[in-house]
Amino acid sequence: MNVLNNTVYWAVFVNLGTYYLGKILQEKTHMIIFNPLLFSTVFTILFLLIFQIDYDVYYENADCLYYILTPATVCLSIPLYEQLHRLKKNILAIFIGVLSGVIACLTSILLFALLFQWTHTMYVTVLPKSITAAMAMGVSEELGGIPSLTVPIVIMTGITGNIIAEKICKIFKITEPIAKGVAIGTASHAMGTAKAMEIGEIEGAMSSLSIAVSGTITVVMATIFCNFY
Amino acid sequence: MKYIKQFLIIVFVSFLGELFNCLIPLPIPGSIYGMILMFILLCSGILKLEQVKKTGKFLLDIMPIMFIPSAVGIMSQFEQLKDIWFQIILITITTTIITIAITGLSSQAIIRWKKRKESKKNECSE
Repeated sequence: MNVLNNTVYWAVFVNLGTYYLGKILQEKTHMIIFNPLLFSTVFTILFLLIFQIDYDVYYENADCLYYILTPATVCLSIPLYEQLHRLKKNILAIFIGVLSGVIACLTSILLFALLFQWTHTMYVTVLPKSITAAMAMGVSEELGGIPSLTVPIVIMTGITGNIIAEKICKIFKITEPIAKGVAIGTASHAMGTAKAMEIGEIEGAMSSLSIAVSGTITVVMATIFCNFY
Repeated sequence: MKYIKQFLIIVFVSFLGELFNCLIPLPIPGSIYGMILMFILLCSGILKLEQVKKTGKFLLDIMPIMFIPSAVGIMSQFEQLKDIWFQIILITITTTIITIAITGLSSQAIIRWKKRKESKKNECSE
């Protein structure tokens, strides 16, 4: 695979190509497993395993995608600003929604920890799973968890949200765009927000806002929940 | 030139966000500081929406693909996940469902309650 070491575009090409392919397949089949993010991730992992390419080699090629994530996250405030009047009008609904969501999330993790008889380290590693990766690593580290294990769990949560969010909203009859957006952002950070953006402008804006709000609330609440187990 | 200027502004705000992240000892990433900063700049009118909108919308449109490299990174954690992967998948799906349901339903309840109150008020004033 010498060729792959000397070119920098194959990784981006594989990622973009499989994402696009997943998108087309999903539109054609309406099947949840063709979620583009999941499809592209699984395909790329298989590709690397089959051709025995190190993750580090891949990452050297693909990190240009990761570099622009920060500027893109900064831009999440643009749709939010466009929905400023809705934000002002519904500030209570947004805040209470995020707060109850964070408490529900942390409580369910606590119950799972009791059920599976986890160690305290494992418990605090999973605790910040629903917030954006950089924040989750900080929380995990501060509470004595394993940050490098927190990250894949955060990502799995994001992919899960990206895949099932729309269905869950339908099942629970969550139809208000604001409530939908807040729910998706609180449960599955920026990866879910990417989906919310596709659903609609209001959903996307509220989901963006919820990343910051739920992240901050989780930082505080996790330090409290850390004492419960 | 239009895009260069817009990208310049966005990159500068990102840089400021990372600067905050270095200076303030809280587990808040630079991107979140940058997002808050951009929001303040827009609200205060220092930045006009048009000065960042086109490039910003482009970045948001392609945002999903930016998660792929870190998602693929799960493969380098296979060893750590191997004994607990079933628990992790179970907990990930369950808590995501619970969180979406509780958050959405509680915020929807407040929105509807407010709407009812408003329509009642309107009836009274009529």
